[in-house]
Amino acid sequence: MELTGLFFYVVSLLILGGIYALLCLALNIQWGMGGLFNAGIAGFYGVGAYTSAILTTAASGRHLGGFSMPVPIGLVGAAIVAGVAGWAVARICVRLKSDYLAMASIGIAEILRLVFVNESWLTNGSLGVSRIPRPFADLTSGRMGDVVFLGFVWLVVLLVFLASSRLYDSPWGRSLRAIRDNEASASAVGKNVEKFRIQTFVIGCAVMGIAGGLSAHYFRFLSPTATDPLLVTFLVWVMLMAGGSGNNKGAIVGALSIWTIWSVTEIFTNRLPPEWATRSSFIRMLLVGLLLQVVLQRFRAGLIPEKSPPVKFRKE
Amino acid sequence: MSEFVNFYLFPALTIGSIYALGAVGISMIFGILRFAHFAHGDLMTLGTYGILAAAALLPVNPLLLVPFAMALTIFAALFVDRFFYRPLRDLPTIYTVISSFGIALVFRSIVQLIWGSENQVLVAGVRPPLVLFDTFRVSILHLQAILTTAVIAVLLHYFLTATRTGRSMRAVADDPELAEVSGLDTAKVVRWTWIIGAALAAIAGAFAALNTSAHPNLGWNLLLPMFAAAILGGIGKPMGAMAGGFIIGMAEELSSYHWIGDGALISPSYKTAVAFVIMIGLLIFRPQGLFKGRLL
Repeated sequence: MELTGLFFYVVSLLILGGIYALLCLALNIQWGMGGLFNAGIAGFYGVGAYTSAILTTAASGRHLGGFSMPVPIGLVGAAIVAGVAGWAVARICVRLKSDYLAMASIGIAEILRLVFVNESWLTNGSLGVSRIPRPFADLTSGRMGDVVFLGFVWLVVLLVFLASSRLYDSPWGRSLRAIRDNEASASAVGKNVEKFRIQTFVIGCAVMGIAGGLSAHYFRFLSPTATDPLLVTFLVWVMLMAGGSGNNKGAIVGALSIWTIWSVTEIFTNRLPPEWATRSSFIRMLLVGLLLQVVLQRFRAGLIPEKSPPVKFRKE
Repeated sequence: MSEFVNFYLFPALTIGSIYALGAVGISMIFGILRFAHFAHGDLMTLGTYGILAAAALLPVNPLLLVPFAMALTIFAALFVDRFFYRPLRDLPTIYTVISSFGIALVFRSIVQLIWGSENQVLVAGVRPPLVLFDTFRVSILHLQAILTTAVIAVLLHYFLTATRTGRSMRAVADDPELAEVSGLDTAKVVRWTWIIGAALAAIAGAFAALNTSAHPNLGWNLLLPMFAAAILGGIGKPMGAMAGGFIIGMAEELSSYHWIGDGALISPSYKTAVAFVIMIGLLIFRPQGLFKGRLL
């Protein structure tokens, strides 16, 4: 019993770790490669989650829906809608410098949150969307479903990882890093800075949308509290900074290690006396905030620092 | 008419005062230290809870306890600047911005850890409003907030134009290199920036909590409108930030007035979105603000 309990604990840890790994990879595309400070991760995550939830649930009358599409289509829809939202945001905000982009993106995430809470016809307001299906739900029953879902999540992580590694090594990724490191010289050699930035932002937002969709399918329930900026935006930033921004492996390692620390400490804090246990999440928040300071001051490069790929010359 | 004044104008001016007081700090920190201080809202929250703590010991009018809150926020701001922001000062400012995100979280979790996350009221019970000219009913709190802000605006103007420190602060905000080569004491300017910003944040936090109730997200929820106000007034222009605060506060509150027809112009549940939309619009079309602030 102990062992099976532990096994399923690890499974749930890895599922959420995988979802965070996706968010981290997405942020790595935007910040690590493109140098774009997106502080509105929670907004795009929420857009993806709601899109996928609405596309895949059966008709309920409490919110828009009744499409009953298969989950993969829901996730593709999540990526498209989040990407389009990202495009709209990028069109107007991407020229802004880092601090201003941070403010604008937080503002947009907050507006999206207001929409999720207030537009009940679309999202059922704060009561949320329930009975969201899981992929391949008919293959297994009971808790084994979690294991299947784990495989599904990590398959998506693998695909995104391969795609974003390819992007990193590609001429596109090189131009992007050139823009990140020196905008003036990149634009002097004829790179269209704004176009590259918009593309980066859109790709990142689409992946954030997929992550949101996966979390909705995992919990089978979605309410506006899922788009809490602390748990989504902030934690992902800490993960990327700790893992190594600019490095895709670092993004995944950072996501897994910070998420493991975050969840395992919960086990210990839950054993505290009750009056402290209720406050344990605040202790963890405090520690994560301080951990970020340590990372920023001492280990800015992260666990796995960025390493530019060697330049290969074609043989004459 | 009296309905407009009673239910829209005075509450709008009160919210405007709160934004104005917070925005001054944000604008000065942005102008002098060159980064968007995302922990400013939570610094306000800290001030609010400083009053709560003091009120537990000294049961007097919370506004008399504001000095305790100011001492707490000034100490917190100087501490955080010394140990968390200063080590990052030579790096691109974005690292300080990320750090201030973390500090915002640290402040909030300290508040939640010590005082819990429930809503708490500073003054229990309902105070009867003042009746002016038999038609206008104004809550005493609103008058206090608006008058305090007006007095602070005058004092701040005097400080910035007539004292040596105030003038150096404006010089650093306008042209840091020139100020540096002219031999101004930058460390002192930075210290005063934090002291004034934190003190005003404490006052803003007090009024915000008295206006509604004290809760750990109080300051964070006010942060974006305050950024909007700081940008509207022009970064590095404290008086502009004051004006910006009032404009944003008015725009937010008055957007739900029934200007056209009977319904509210914008549903009150989207009230906070008004400030964000103004901010995003400003960032795109006029990032230097109304009063020609710095463009960083």
